Amino acid sequence: MSKFSKKRSKAEPEVSTASLPDIIFMLLFFFMVVTVLRDSDKKVKVVTPNASELTKLTKKSLVNYIYIGRPTDAFKATYGTKPRMQLGDKIADMSDIPLFLEKHKAKLAENEKEQITSSLRIDGSVTMGIVSDVKLALRKANQLKINYSAKPPVK
Amino acid sequence: MGKTNSRDRIKNEINAGSMADIAFLLLIFFLVTTTIAEDRGVLVKLPPWSNEPPETQMMNTRNVYSVLVNADNQLLVRGEPVDIKDLRDNTKVFIMNPRKLPNMAEKPTKAIISLKNDRGTEYATYLQVYNELKAAYNELRDEEAEKTHGIKFEFLDADQRKAIRAKIPLVISEAEPTNFGEEN
Repeated sequence: MSKFSKKRSKAEPEVSTASLPDIIFMLLFFFMVVTVLRDSDKKVKVVTPNASELTKLTKKSLVNYIYIGRPTDAFKATYGTKPRMQLGDKIADMSDIPLFLEKHKAKLAENEKEQITSSLRIDGSVTMGIVSDVKLALRKANQLKINYSAKPPVK
Repeated sequence: MGKTNSRDRIKNEINAGSMADIAFLLLIFFLVTTTIAEDRGVLVKLPPWSNEPPETQMMNTRNVYSVLVNADNQLLVRGEPVDIKDLRDNTKVFIMNPRKLPNMAEKPTKAIISLKNDRGTEYATYLQVYNELKAAYNELRDEEAEKTHGIKFEFLDADQRKAIRAKIPLVISEAEPTNFGEEN
């Protein structure tokens, strides 16, 4: 008995914390890599309405985004106050839609091309005129799968 | 020489204990700012475009459920003003026609919803109407799935879903919008 107790008292029982920063840094790097900061900064103000029959868009690479809304305060001077459409990160016209879709298509494999969905992020207060024009342009460009982006209903 | 000796005596090591705190701080910052953006919305399939005007099809009026939304965001369903709260239930009754009324759909497969809006209709209203119509169909499919399989539509396998979709097909036909009240 005495033999054991002597040996123990001599050793310093302390957990080394030296590797703790490494572990935390690993987690940090993971989150830094995973984090996607807002891809395109918005030039139009979009507050999507609420709806209950929602479908999740899972594969992000198969989705292209079209924003419709009134220009934000910073861009009112250049683009006016009427609702405008934003493709990628710039304000565009209806005639720019086919090229925009084509650019997105070019990045994808052949078998994925039918699964492309256009996500329409439209401000609730916009009138249907511009929305109808966009829908018509999408139909003409043979982009038929669209998704009206909406928030889940408030309970 | 004597100086170096005194230096050697001090343990020359940076305290790494606070490193963890710094890293934690950064970690928490990124945890908070990360938004794993999730996109949800009402999925719609548009009809393909053709240059020729579409063939006019004569439909039995009993099978057509016309929904009009004007520039003042008011609803006119089959010629009568309707509140949006009642739209879902009214649509369900129209499609299923449980009492076999002569002015409602013969059967669910023949029912057609015709939606028409104005260019001045507010988008929020339009989406709400579309959502209610879609909800009516989804609820009917759920009810059908409960009746035949005892579970909700979303839990069925692909074949069972297809069968129910064939029984209650979602047909929402959108007409070219009118232009009476476009103002921006």
